Amino acid sequence: MENGQEQKHTISALVDNEPGVLSRVTGLFSGRGFNIESLCVAETLDPLVSRITLVTRGNDQIIEQITKQLNKLVNVIKVMDFTNTEFVEREMALIKVRAEAATRAEILRIVDIFRCKVVDVSPQFYTIEVTGNEGKIKALLDLLIHLGIKEIARTGAIAMARSKKEGPLKRENK
Amino acid sequence: MRISGAEIVVESLIQEGVSSIFGYPGAAITDIYDCLEKSPIRHYLVRHEQGAVHMADGYARASGKVGVCLVTSGPGATNTVTGIASAYMDSIPVIVFTGQVPTPLIGNDAFQEVDIVGITRPCTKHNYLVKKVEDLPLVIKQAFYLARSGRPGPILIDLPKDVLSNKTEFKYPKKIEMRNYRPTYNAHPRQIEKAATHILKAKKPVIYAGGGVISSHSSSELKTLAESLTIPVTTTLMGLGAFPGLHPLWLGMLGMHGTYWANMAVGHCDLLIAVGARFDDRVTGKVDLFAPEARIIHIDIDPTSIRKNVLVDIPIVGDCKDALGQLNQLVQKSGKQEWRKARQPWLEQIKEWKETHPLTFDQGKDDIKPQYVVEKIFETTKGKAVIATEVGQNQMWAAQYYHFDQPNSFITSGGLGVMGYGFPAAIGAQVACPDRIVFDIAGDGSIQMNIQEMATVKANNLPVKIAILNNGYLGMVRQVQELFYEKRYAQTFLKGNPDFVKMAEAYGIVGLRAERPEEVVPVIEKALSIKGPVIIDFKVCPEECVSPMVPAGRGMTEMLLV
Repeated sequence: MENGQEQKHTISALVDNEPGVLSRVTGLFSGRGFNIESLCVAETLDPLVSRITLVTRGNDQIIEQITKQLNKLVNVIKVMDFTNTEFVEREMALIKVRAEAATRAEILRIVDIFRCKVVDVSPQFYTIEVTGNEGKIKALLDLLIHLGIKEIARTGAIAMARSKKEGPLKRENK
Repeated sequence: MRISGAEIVVESLIQEGVSSIFGYPGAAITDIYDCLEKSPIRHYLVRHEQGAVHMADGYARASGKVGVCLVTSGPGATNTVTGIASAYMDSIPVIVFTGQVPTPLIGNDAFQEVDIVGITRPCTKHNYLVKKVEDLPLVIKQAFYLARSGRPGPILIDLPKDVLSNKTEFKYPKKIEMRNYRPTYNAHPRQIEKAATHILKAKKPVIYAGGGVISSHSSSELKTLAESLTIPVTTTLMGLGAFPGLHPLWLGMLGMHGTYWANMAVGHCDLLIAVGARFDDRVTGKVDLFAPEARIIHIDIDPTSIRKNVLVDIPIVGDCKDALGQLNQLVQKSGKQEWRKARQPWLEQIKEWKETHPLTFDQGKDDIKPQYVVEKIFETTKGKAVIATEVGQNQMWAAQYYHFDQPNSFITSGGLGVMGYGFPAAIGAQVACPDRIVFDIAGDGSIQMNIQEMATVKANNLPVKIAILNNGYLGMVRQVQELFYEKRYAQTFLKGNPDFVKMAEAYGIVGLRAERPEEVVPVIEKALSIKGPVIIDFKVCPEECVSPMVPAGRGMTEMLLV
């Protein structure tokens, strides 16, 4: 079968906000040998509905199976694969980094450049809150790792499709 | 009027038209049993919960209705798992009600508590833990709807004891709509048009039909399509009976133990029309070598079946009945005669394959050949019986030599391959079809996996006939050992088998035996003349192999013709 290249996909699913639904979704992934790279779940405006955002990896055929299998679950309302569409993706991370007299100024400069926040300070550590896409968080971690990261906590990606921008400009372009 | 959860369950079953259920009582489920006794529903008391699910499954396959099974919590529930998984693999509508400890005790490791909803999540179409008695009617309504609609499948409903004893106003929903669940029944007309164009152009087409044709009741549409365009038809194991077994266009089953000519036809066709089949590995063998020259049309109600194992050219999501109906309308215009003429070279080629490697065996004068037994059962019952099978050689011989004439007649655990399935499934089929002859074609290994249900047939005087093809081995594994493990028969000789005739007698059932070829027909006739259950012990040739065979992982045209 020709299935194209393996690629990262951000998939968002609206599901019934009921006990056991997450387990149905994750069970589907483990049972069929699909991989979950990150997973994020929370209630939507409608308390009866939750949004699951998950990042997975696979070729076209695997991703097609993943979306079809998700749709087949009775508790899944809607599935969207954001890859190859216009979408906003964000992740938050808390990073506890060693902050000694010699490095504090540099850490604060980095925090400033990356537009993050220091949310906790102790004699030895700063805890930094950062929001961004995967690339930004990776870039920040690459810089901070040399200064000594004690621990990190990441939320995993959440995503949303960009609204259609149908201004006069766009129409003219067509 | 306020009634209890247990009464709601029974009332709802009556509203759904359930007349027979299979089950086994226990502490957590006693409330339902108490109500059931006063209801018109007939309950069949099994001897093991696994038997109950297989019976519900056999009932569903033979009747086309939903099979229902009722068991208690804990071990009662876990004993149903194999049967649920089998029904799931074969898309059979079964509803399993399990007892559960009272809601305040859930999660406490209470006596006979098990998280059956968690355990069965991957092998049910959907399942429910009912936490409030008020939710019961809707859950049951949804369960029946889910079980029989779309791609059918098993549903489990877990019923805590307090939910069964609590009371509420009962009103059974008349209609049901689920926003998250809307199976696609109507095939897209544009896809049908595309398919029709290819079908009308094809020179060497083959129809490959599966169990979906049976569950969607579309065998007459299938026959119309095949006959109007003179297209040969093969089916999967699950599809046997979807097309008449003595029809001139019938190729026999395809796949690992399919006929040589069916596999060759698929291997050389220029168009494969897959209808309600899922390209299972036992059908395709090595996927790259499966129908390599063909365009593929795939009709299935479950979108996940399409492009799961093979790439297809024309996917059609929809009910087989609708899709075939639309196709028939489109292709009807051209005359039958022309097609018969145009198809002649292709049919000649298939005939040649059939003549070089027919499905055959040599009975001889000494040992009974198992194939001979199946052939004689076929002849004696004129192809009209319901045949259940266990799993292994018995299953393949039944599939090869019983030429099924009508759907809902072959009852076998195709996907999961459950040994011990056939006997209880035959019981369920007999309950569904009291006027039909029901045979379980069994092996001496698998019959012992649910032999306890002898008591169930005896107690209810269900005239199921069990034909044991007794070769003293776990024959299918022995065959693999013979062919691929240099005859090292590790643990496949069944030392310690009982005397099946005496065992039948111990249950108060007639036991018969045949040891010579000339005894086969008289014994079958005698069994059929007896109005109750009968066990027939056919002592068959111990080292007979199922032939032909495609070794696992090979292409389907690379058959071993042992």
